[in-house]
Amino acid sequence: MSSYSVTEPSRRQKWFAGILVVLYALITILPLVWIIATSFKTPSDAIAYPPKTFFTPTVEGYVNVFTTRTRLTEEQLQAVGEPQTWYDRLVRKDGLVISGPSRFAERFTNSVIIGFGSTVLCIVLGTAAAYAFSRFKVPLKDDLMFFILSTRMMPPIAVAIPIFLMFRSLGLSDTHAGMILLYTAVNLSLSVWLLKGFIDEIPIEYEEAALIDGYTRFQAFYKVVLPQAATGIASTAIFCLIFAWNEYAFAVLLTSGNAQTAPPFIPTIIGVSGQDWPAVAAGATLFLVPVMVFTILLRKHLLRGITFGAVRK
Amino acid sequence: MAQIRIQNVRKEFGAFTAVRSSSFTIEDGEFFMLLGPSGCGKTTTLRMMAGLELPTSGEIFIDGEEVGMKPASKRDIAFVFQMFALYPHMNVRKNISYPLVSQGMKREEVKTRVHEVARILKIENILDRPVGGLSGGDRQRVALGRAIVRRPKAFFMDEPLGALDAEFREHMAEELRALHDRMGATTVYVTHDQLEAMQMGDKIVVMNHGVVEQFGKPQQIYDWPATKFVAQFIGSPPMNFLEFEGMIGIGGTSIDLGEAKIEVPGLREGRAGKLTLGVRPEHVRFVNDSAYRGRVSAVEYLGTTQIVTLRSSYGDLKARVPSDQVVREDELVGLQFDPRTLSVFDAETGKVLRSDANDGVLGHG
Repeated sequence: MSSYSVTEPSRRQKWFAGILVVLYALITILPLVWIIATSFKTPSDAIAYPPKTFFTPTVEGYVNVFTTRTRLTEEQLQAVGEPQTWYDRLVRKDGLVISGPSRFAERFTNSVIIGFGSTVLCIVLGTAAAYAFSRFKVPLKDDLMFFILSTRMMPPIAVAIPIFLMFRSLGLSDTHAGMILLYTAVNLSLSVWLLKGFIDEIPIEYEEAALIDGYTRFQAFYKVVLPQAATGIASTAIFCLIFAWNEYAFAVLLTSGNAQTAPPFIPTIIGVSGQDWPAVAAGATLFLVPVMVFTILLRKHLLRGITFGAVRK
Repeated sequence: MAQIRIQNVRKEFGAFTAVRSSSFTIEDGEFFMLLGPSGCGKTTTLRMMAGLELPTSGEIFIDGEEVGMKPASKRDIAFVFQMFALYPHMNVRKNISYPLVSQGMKREEVKTRVHEVARILKIENILDRPVGGLSGGDRQRVALGRAIVRRPKAFFMDEPLGALDAEFREHMAEELRALHDRMGATTVYVTHDQLEAMQMGDKIVVMNHGVVEQFGKPQQIYDWPATKFVAQFIGSPPMNFLEFEGMIGIGGTSIDLGEAKIEVPGLREGRAGKLTLGVRPEHVRFVNDSAYRGRVSAVEYLGTTQIVTLRSSYGDLKARVPSDQVVREDELVGLQFDPRTLSVFDAETGKVLRSDANDGVLGHG
């Protein structure tokens, strides 16, 4: 007979919980797996019916997402000569030649600049504001905190048209600075609230000890509070980055040539020669990578960020 | 090492006054206790001395220099927090050396000083451990180490034993007192535990509602409380109060509780109206021929002594009598109070009436 425990679940309960977790994981991971698989298919495999689970992988999609191609006649092809590189050969099979790079790399770089730029700005401003709200007597503190939160209460897209007009008259339309400012403005409320929670949890005695040990307030903040808040800063950074990285509506509306990010660009890949799903999938897969890497690097903090406040030490 | 003087210090937080006009002096090398219930302003007073709060008005002198408006970092003092406030991202050695590094001390000298402190506190073996995994006692020692490594003018401690287990507190209290005796540094120690204050302090200030109630040596405060508050706050069980109405003149040596005449130390001020007679439980004796009588309502056995609760016509009181004395519940006994130990309070103001016995020792700082 096994001993009875109040907190330890029974074997059957553990199995049940395990099955639930696996099911949930399958449901969330399956679309990802499908996108990644599609990115390695040929266009005909991608739209085959019944869907192909097993196929010969090809990097055609990746070549297509980075290039623009033209269809040439037999004579023209002969005039161009034998393909020189592996990617030339790959497109030549379909009677195409690479006519130049696509704008994907550029859009992707834009995404990186705007996403990480706004995240950094959000964290710097958010930490400073959160520290002030947490430690100092700010007049109308509660009202100000509520005001900051209220900027997040309506869907951002509701103010899209005023922002569009404002950006146009300020010359911020389709600029990196404009998009960084916009995403920072949207994310700042989340960042201030989250970080204030984290800083509130750091006992003020640490700073007081540092003040007595002969440090200035800024040194105390920099050397004692910041290392303590690292976890909170990391998880806040992830949330901010994910938002800025995935944002679609504003990007469609406010960017076109210069500062367009990857999300509005990827759908435009569908086009040139039929519906090139593998290229779209390749774009989406590459687009996933930075956030995935960033999140995996900071995952410990993220978990703490989600469960934050749930358990008192 | 330094003398610390507090003069008419007052602190307001918005509409709330945490400390009203406190004054007292802490002599060089003294182990000084700030005692009072929570919310009495003792921690605020300490924090003002340390520079963590600025006084609304009044002056604070450390070593003859007025420091009231100086930042904490400029006062050359050390502070031990109740929750220790060890920097969690540093190991023990870094924690202890941190205050020295801020002064820009040479690395070699920092090393020597840290080792010296570690030897005194017997924590040499944990210098490279992270502070997270330390036991309460070791954390306490590291916090002390961080304080003494600077050789500051004074040590301020805010309930430093509050976070420790009961059995360990006793031990740490002894260690702390021994450390103080060895270093001879002025120490100001905040506590709400009257036993701790009596056990460790050279001098005690008792505070209540932001006011200094009494200031003096532990025994003086215990024997001759200046107010009813002090009489109740110090001692366990506290001083008994018998409330009566009467009149007593200058030079009076007795009061009347109904039929009974109770001798008291010769009074140096008179009062008429509501008065309170204060008597410590250990000064109550059971005698057959006393006119003042009480009925036993409960008996608590405490080993060598027992606490007897009695109902009498002027109020309930507790007596501490030897355990071998036979006391039965519901028994009517005659009560005698040691006349040399009694205090008479003005029931309205709570202040004690000056008498031949307490006149010399009543201190308001």
